[in-house]
Amino acid sequence: MAAFLVLIRRDLSLALREGSALGTALGFYLVVVALMPLGLGPDLKLLSRIAPGILWIALLLAALLSLPRIFEGDFEDGTLEAMALGPLPLELATAAKCLAHWISTGLPLALMAPALGLLLNLELVAYPVLLATLFSGTLAISFLGGIGAALTLKARRGGLLIALLVLPLYIPTLIYGIATIAAVVTPPGDPVASFMILTAISLASVALGPIAAAAAVRAQLG
Amino acid sequence: MPSALVGSQLTIERGHRAVIRSLSFRAVAGEALVLTGPNGAGKTTLIRAIAGFLPLAAGVLKLEGGDDDRDLGEQCHYVGHANAVKANLTVHENLAFWAGYLGSDAASVPGALEAFSLTDLARAPAAMLSAGQRRRVGLARLLVARRSVWLLDEPTVSLDATSVRLLAEAVTRHCASGGIAVAATHLPLGLDNARELRLGDPSAEAA
Repeated sequence: MAAFLVLIRRDLSLALREGSALGTALGFYLVVVALMPLGLGPDLKLLSRIAPGILWIALLLAALLSLPRIFEGDFEDGTLEAMALGPLPLELATAAKCLAHWISTGLPLALMAPALGLLLNLELVAYPVLLATLFSGTLAISFLGGIGAALTLKARRGGLLIALLVLPLYIPTLIYGIATIAAVVTPPGDPVASFMILTAISLASVALGPIAAAAAVRAQLG
Repeated sequence: MPSALVGSQLTIERGHRAVIRSLSFRAVAGEALVLTGPNGAGKTTLIRAIAGFLPLAAGVLKLEGGDDDRDLGEQCHYVGHANAVKANLTVHENLAFWAGYLGSDAASVPGALEAFSLTDLARAPAAMLSAGQRRRVGLARLLVARRSVWLLDEPTVSLDATSVRLLAEAVTRHCASGGIAVAATHLPLGLDNARELRLGDPSAEAA
């Protein structure tokens, strides 16, 4: 357990020192969302209707940009090999790295979403539920993303491949995230049920993602 | 304490081609086994197989007297072509991380720094180091946590003569305290208690 915390702390301090990664993700999120009103025109009703979807999809894309960083650096400099021989099972090591990614990238992206909601005339009632769904959904984004990041370690230009592998896995998260917000903004609907399914998907990703990612890392080390 | 690392009738394949065929060896505690042989003879392949990164196509690897609850790899230190040094951490932070991750005490870090004459560089970010200095940080990882088997793949790459001597001293001390070392190298390490296992020559077999 100590090794688990040591690894999270190291990944977080590395993320802090290589601040460019988070800056890129946040900047990308801002730019994509800011382009929407320019492309769609100043129809406030239209913008506010599609705002939750745009905020979610742009967040998925922004998070996607940062996924290769979960394992790439450690793979290239040999750290992953030395880690594989550590006392911590590789499954827990990958879990620690996905968790560090969530804290260093997923959470900041989720926290930025309400500010971007202003650009899209998001309805007031949607803000708390948007934040709640993103908090829960970004967990799935980081932990499922870890699988894609591990699978593409040896692939050149793995970033594009990750998108193809991982985006389909995000579909359930996206559907239930949007369904929860829609149920609040345009009743009738049951936001609690959708939110619970969303959270169940996230928790299942937290439990299963690291196992798949560890298997992928082992295969890449061979 | 383990008494010997034994491989019997090992066959290891890479890309469906047997790089190592029916190799048997025995590295006893207190002894360094130096793997030599031309490029492509399978030195790296053998070391990576011992660490558990590559599956064995046939044969058995066993650490006699080792900890049966733990994998062979978990009782090994592996220093490969890459140093496992993070450029954005200082030298001390790098080693303190490995001490914590490998379940050792941060108190072991100063000694490890000293052994590879890195004490003056402890506060320097690893990004500022030369290739040889980074190599020494990678090697200092061997000393932050006690493990009975050292697997060294070309450990002398980019080291100067003084640093090679420091490495030889570290390996000698490790062996003297009952450890086992397996090193693949082209250059002589200058070890007294070393035995050579020549790969890539079918008749060669160290028993």
